[in-house]
Amino acid sequence: MSLSCKSKQPDGQRRRLLGGIAGAVSLGGGFSLIELALAKSEDEAISSLNRWGLLIDTAKCASGCDACVKGCNTEHNLEGFDRPETDAQWIRKLEVTDRQTGHVSSLPMLCQHCEDPPCVDVCPTGASFRRQDGVVLVDKHTCIGCRYCVMACPYKARSFVHESLYNQKSYSPRGKGTVESCTLCVHRIDDDRTPACVESCNRDGNGAMVFGDLNDADSQIAKTMRDSASRQVREDLGLNTGVRYQNL
Amino acid sequence: MSSHFKTLQSKHIGYWMIVILLAVMALAGYGAAHYMEVQGHWVTGMNNQVVWGLPHVFAIFLILAASGALNVASISSVFGRKVYKPWSRLSALLAVCLLVAGLIVLVLDLGRPERLIVAMTHYNFKSIFAWNIFLYTGFILVVAGYLWTMFERGMNHHTSKAGVFAFAWRFVLTSGTGSIFGFLVARQFYDAAMMVPMFIVLSLILGTAIFILLSLLLAQWSQQPVLPELLERLASLLAIFIVLELFLVTVFHFTNLYATEHHGIERFILIDGGIYTFIFWVGQIFLGGVVPAVLVFLSAWGQSPQGIKLVAILAVLGAMSQLYVTIIGGQAYPLVLFPGKEVSSTFYDGVVAQYSPSMPELLLGVGGVALAVLLVILATRILPFMPDDRVSRSAS
Repeated sequence: MSLSCKSKQPDGQRRRLLGGIAGAVSLGGGFSLIELALAKSEDEAISSLNRWGLLIDTAKCASGCDACVKGCNTEHNLEGFDRPETDAQWIRKLEVTDRQTGHVSSLPMLCQHCEDPPCVDVCPTGASFRRQDGVVLVDKHTCIGCRYCVMACPYKARSFVHESLYNQKSYSPRGKGTVESCTLCVHRIDDDRTPACVESCNRDGNGAMVFGDLNDADSQIAKTMRDSASRQVREDLGLNTGVRYQNL
Repeated sequence: MSSHFKTLQSKHIGYWMIVILLAVMALAGYGAAHYMEVQGHWVTGMNNQVVWGLPHVFAIFLILAASGALNVASISSVFGRKVYKPWSRLSALLAVCLLVAGLIVLVLDLGRPERLIVAMTHYNFKSIFAWNIFLYTGFILVVAGYLWTMFERGMNHHTSKAGVFAFAWRFVLTSGTGSIFGFLVARQFYDAAMMVPMFIVLSLILGTAIFILLSLLLAQWSQQPVLPELLERLASLLAIFIVLELFLVTVFHFTNLYATEHHGIERFILIDGGIYTFIFWVGQIFLGGVVPAVLVFLSAWGQSPQGIKLVAILAVLGAMSQLYVTIIGGQAYPLVLFPGKEVSSTFYDGVVAQYSPSMPELLLGVGGVALAVLLVILATRILPFMPDDRVSRSAS
């Protein structure tokens, strides 16, 4: 279950171990055994051994390119009602201009999947929650639509659904009168795939986004962040965001 | 002591016209809320930039007024001032009715109001909203118990203790309401401990002013004038609260002005925020602050019943203005994601958000106020909340 936040067993290491065994077996048995071993079963729990995150290189992110936005909108069927003030936006492109130097950066802004999310703190019913693997979500069944989380989010990453929705994706439930935001494509993560924005950026954009496990020292994202400087937006708030930016 | 209180059974045509008018307004408010729920919030002026609109201004107005409306009962029970005692029952009744109406407005503006049961069964105790659910419902129970000690002859000796408990509860309640904004670390205009004292004093202003207006309204139907001495004392209290609030607001803005990071929001509210700047200076500071304070302290007319009525109306206007500037103005100013940099996007980053209150929002908010007054009037028909002559005269 994508929304599960219960930990039944530490699985990151187990999966790597199984992967190793499967790799050995695959020498004689082909790749199907590797995939079988790595695939996550339905009842496998989310684990705090993982911390999913994004690294965005603003030097690669081009002004005017919105491949990530299109990818997200298509994946979650976020087509609006041509009412930009009330239509939902889970990811948007920001143009950031330094007042002193005139330097312009272009970057995508989305839920930063904070370790200490203000939206989760203020939610009266606990509908806003953080999975053990760091993904911040909204439980659409217990959200009462008070919008306190929208007030609390420092990144303007949350949208309130202002009208009835149609043609929703089964893996991305949404509802009128509730609040929503980037899910980091948990349905893909739980299926060992990358989020739609990252996929689109790599395919149609400039390859500015890297997705991975911040806790896995061998992952590309962790290596890159260890070797070169990155920063959080509103670092002053001390939220330890899962989304980081390079060259900002 | 129940023999010294009476019900209000007016047959006056004006009385019934007002009852009908209030009922129609309350029903219109409910109809507006139903329309908003069925259509979705896109039919309101609210959007993803200003997510809390006029209904929240009215709801917080009513909740703050509820806490403050208990002033008269508190002064009687806690501080032993006898001149207030004849009106203490009405004061407690008004407090409960205002709170109930405020909560109804708040709930009806939820995206999913039918999920109220979820809010009552799922709690995140790190959320000030969750605390407030207990503080608000608890307030109704505490004041109901307080009223019981006033009504039940055998319980009268507990009134003072119940009054002290209710007095403490209302301060915590108003602190909780101020903390809704004080705890918002992301927003430039909020995230300040000063929100708590400002909201507490605002509640004292609102409660006192609304009590003055309501007691004058009911008194004309019950042939029971509000004693001039009581009115004058309430007017003086109100003026003191107003001056205190002006002081707190001044401290809040001066503190912000000292920190460069807050210059943007301060410039917006104080100088170039358009409607918000206008409401701040004209509604909150001048008409709602300076004028009523000057009327009470420097003018003999300000101590007359007509003058006091105007002072109370201006105080309500000022408090409403302050809530509007705080709640709407605070959201209209864009979030600062990158200090020192300009941002732009398709999601209105870096620009002042547009918000125009819509008719459904106005009807819901005004309907809530009408419901509060209607509940008071109906309750006074059923139970002896109104003072009668003997008690009033003996107390004076």
